[in-house]
Amino acid sequence: MSLMKRISLIFRSKANKALDRAEDPRETLDYSYQRQLDLLSKVRRGVADVATSRKRVELQVAQLEQQQAKLQSQAEKALQMDREDLAREALTRKSGLTQQINDLKAQYAQLQGEEEKLTLAQQRLQAKVEAFRTRKETIKATYTAAEAQTRINEAMSGIGEEMGDVGMAIQRAEDKTAQMQARAGAIDELIASGALDDASQLSAGDDITRELESMSSQADVEAELMRLKGLAPGKEPGAIEGGSSAEGEPVVAEQTESTTEGEQQ
Amino acid sequence: MIVRILGEGQYDVSDEALDRLNELDAALEAAVDGGNEEAFRSALEALLEGVRTVGVPHAVDALDESDLILPPADATIDEVRQLLAESDEGLIPG
Repeated sequence: MSLMKRISLIFRSKANKALDRAEDPRETLDYSYQRQLDLLSKVRRGVADVATSRKRVELQVAQLEQQQAKLQSQAEKALQMDREDLAREALTRKSGLTQQINDLKAQYAQLQGEEEKLTLAQQRLQAKVEAFRTRKETIKATYTAAEAQTRINEAMSGIGEEMGDVGMAIQRAEDKTAQMQARAGAIDELIASGALDDASQLSAGDDITRELESMSSQADVEAELMRLKGLAPGKEPGAIEGGSSAEGEPVVAEQTESTTEGEQQ
Repeated sequence: MIVRILGEGQYDVSDEALDRLNELDAALEAAVDGGNEEAFRSALEALLEGVRTVGVPHAVDALDESDLILPPADATIDEVRQLLAESDEGLIPG
């Protein structure tokens, strides 16, 4: 027997086992309808759970990207101050984050896929449950219990298959989400502990990070100074290195000027 | 006939198209029996794509049983084996 056929038979028998049968076949319809509504709320919760996990991963990506940008600017400042060793350290830490971010982005895509699948499953089940409700009312209004049996069986196995399918989809989504939540939890802990944080906060005790930190603030001061001097008229942007040379140049210029003036007189 | 791809829904497939699907099904079965994950993946993809191509989506509000049921697109070989395992475990949670 073909694989498709085998799967079909086994799936159907499993799905049918889940259906409740009542003494009065028309009551079976009501029981089943109740279970369908239960399953619908379960799949709605499933969609919400996956969405929550997806948002959590999204937030983590944003946090790590922010830290990456911080390390990048630390590396740039370090290079401006001719501290290649510190720039290297910051970039090393930054590249460590890249791996994490790529991993999280892959997880994000997977969760997004699960969310879409479950949403579609929910819509399909919803349509079938509505069809079932209509059919149920028609059967109850039109047939006696004895007459109704065949029609009830048809409706029940049709919806049973859909319920089995959706039930499986929920289970799969839950399994996948649980795996990712465990990993997301580990990353949250890393972020909280500061281990993935920017280099200045990372293991605040070590010399390199302290140096990076002080260098950062030093560099910030220099940048601010440069900006302020840039605003002042008549100042060369290159003249900020040492105070003495910056003051020296205009003095020389004045002297030259006065000499020229003297010659003219 | 009606073919269900688990996790995707039902398709109406004409009987003429079934021969080709049966060939793909045989390849999938061989891959499952041989435990070859790579061959399994491409065989499953080919089979499901075949159903999607020749099939027309079945009315979503119909309560019809499928004639054939196929594994979900992202199923692993182990999951298909599980589908084939006779167990009393129900499919509907809760």
